[in-house]
Amino acid sequence: MSPIIAITNLTKTYASGLAALKNVSLSINRGEIFALLGPNGAGKTTLIGIVCGIVNPSSGTVLADGHDVVRDYRNARYKIGLVPQELTTDAFETVWATVKLSRGLFGRAPDEAYLEQVLRDLSLWDKRHDKIMTLSGGMKRRVMIAKALSHAPDILFLDEPTAGVDVELRRDMWAMVRALRDKGVTIILTTHYIEEAEDMADRVGVINKGELILVEDKAVLMAKLGQKQLTLQLAQPLSVVPSELAEWKLALKPGGHELEYSFDAKAEHGGVAALLKRMTEIGLVFTDLRTQQSSLEDIFVSLVSAKGQGQS
Amino acid sequence: MSAPIFNSHAVWAIYRFEMARFMRTAVQSVLTPVLTTSLYFVVFGSAIGSRMTTIDGVAYGAFIVPGLIMLSLFTEGLSNASFGIYVQKFTGTIYELLSAPISAWEMVLAFVGAAVTKSIILGVLILATASLFVPLQILHPLWMAAFLGLTAITFCLFGFILGVWAKGWEQLSLIPFLIVTPLTFLGGAFYSIDMLPPFWRTVTLFNPIVYLISGFRWSFYGTADVAVGNSLAMIFVFLCVCLAGVGWIFKTGYRLKN
Ligand SMILES: Nc1ncnc2c1ncn2[C@@H]1O[C@H](COP(=O)(O)OP(=O)(O)OP(=O)(O)O)[C@@H](O)[C@H]1O
Ligand SMILES: [Mg+2]
Repeated sequence: MSPIIAITNLTKTYASGLAALKNVSLSINRGEIFALLGPNGAGKTTLIGIVCGIVNPSSGTVLADGHDVVRDYRNARYKIGLVPQELTTDAFETVWATVKLSRGLFGRAPDEAYLEQVLRDLSLWDKRHDKIMTLSGGMKRRVMIAKALSHAPDILFLDEPTAGVDVELRRDMWAMVRALRDKGVTIILTTHYIEEAEDMADRVGVINKGELILVEDKAVLMAKLGQKQLTLQLAQPLSVVPSELAEWKLALKPGGHELEYSFDAKAEHGGVAALLKRMTEIGLVFTDLRTQQSSLEDIFVSLVSAKGQGQS
Repeated sequence: MSAPIFNSHAVWAIYRFEMARFMRTAVQSVLTPVLTTSLYFVVFGSAIGSRMTTIDGVAYGAFIVPGLIMLSLFTEGLSNASFGIYVQKFTGTIYELLSAPISAWEMVLAFVGAAVTKSIILGVLILATASLFVPLQILHPLWMAAFLGLTAITFCLFGFILGVWAKGWEQLSLIPFLIVTPLTFLGGAFYSIDMLPPFWRTVTLFNPIVYLISGFRWSFYGTADVAVGNSLAMIFVFLCVCLAGVGWIFKTGYRLKN
């Protein structure tokens, strides 16, 4: 199946001379949730801006569902919805007026029933006659989402949708994102909450200083780069690691009740089984065990800092 | 499903949205010009006009009506059309316009269309107010409508450009107050340029506003400072310059896109 978004050799140099994107190529699959991660100023918003028509690319091409976003912008944008990073709303307008405007802007005939559903899903229905400036920040964020959904886009960009949003609303939002995905909407989001990407995304891209340094299936990424720790709860405390277990390079936790074995989830070839067997052989009894995997955040931090070191 | 060739829903949505804002502030929008016009009549028409003879056979109070209407068309057209787009730039809501499947000309059609509608409503209101103070005569109603419409369109396009260009609120009012209003006062809004000494009359002919006011006044009273053909030609030149400016803005993304 052809990708729903195909970005090829995309470069953006701002008038200031700043290279915000350097030769970025990326394909987004139909129906996936793609999380774009990267530190502040990495170029995430710039990338989204180019796909959505807000920023002019310096070179390279972007196809949205096969339509060039510059030459065939009409068909490309027709399918795209955007929730920008900044909260920008028509302060003096009502919620209802602004979502109606959005729907019209994207070339759809008025459909009050549909808009009502969107507002109800976002718990905004009761506020529809309120002026936007009277809403709280989280409510305004929902209005932005309602605007983006007002024309039922096939592709939805969420640029840090959960920045400054409380836990409950964040949970609601992710439920909504999943529901949209189930309806076949492709979702591209940026976030600084790595646990969100970990929870939500099918694939993850990491961008740093305008370069896409990694795109990977989330599961593959975790498996490939993830360090795992096996922690064994001992029946009797130890003062030193027995020499018979030296080859596993175990760490004894303070107090002597826990042994920790770190291993690379990918490179692991029977090390765990051999360790457990050996422990039984030497009569070391454990009462419990658990494994832990490094989070996307660990992976992300190690990637970005490795890259930074490589450059300096 | 593919996008329509002409995004009529978008044009209509923007137009209605802009008109709704106008209607919400209808009291100011309507009262201000009516009040201002009445004041002009009290001051110029009655106080000064009573001491003046007729100009070109037209009573002074009646003589200034076309100039007054033009003055509001210029300033209101500029401020209405510039405000609509500038506010979006200022608040950042322009992201939505830029990301919507609309062409530049559809955007202009909607914004300028709404501003033109407001200008024409104002023009008609002023005309109606004026008719309460002075006996009015419109010799060439169709030409009157044509001058009114073309001038409104031209200045609203100009206003749109202004709104895109302006980087701050003060720049937004710079052109209307520093250039257009003085040129209008010096452009024969309240006198016939034939009343000026020959030298100043020649200088005044470089003021493009003269042609607009003169043509418009001709459609009322059949007298003009300059040939009507020249007035029409000047409006078309203006219109083309503004259209070219708008075209250039969208071609380059000037001050709209990075
Ligand atoms: N209009 C602009 N003019 C000049 N430089 C810009 C402009 N917009 C962004 N930049 C620069 O481009 C780089 C990338 O910015 P961008 O907003 O895309 O980053 P980001 O990844 O979205 O960051 P954040 O996580 O903070 O939102 C930054 O260095 C930024 O300063
Ligand atoms: Mg950003």
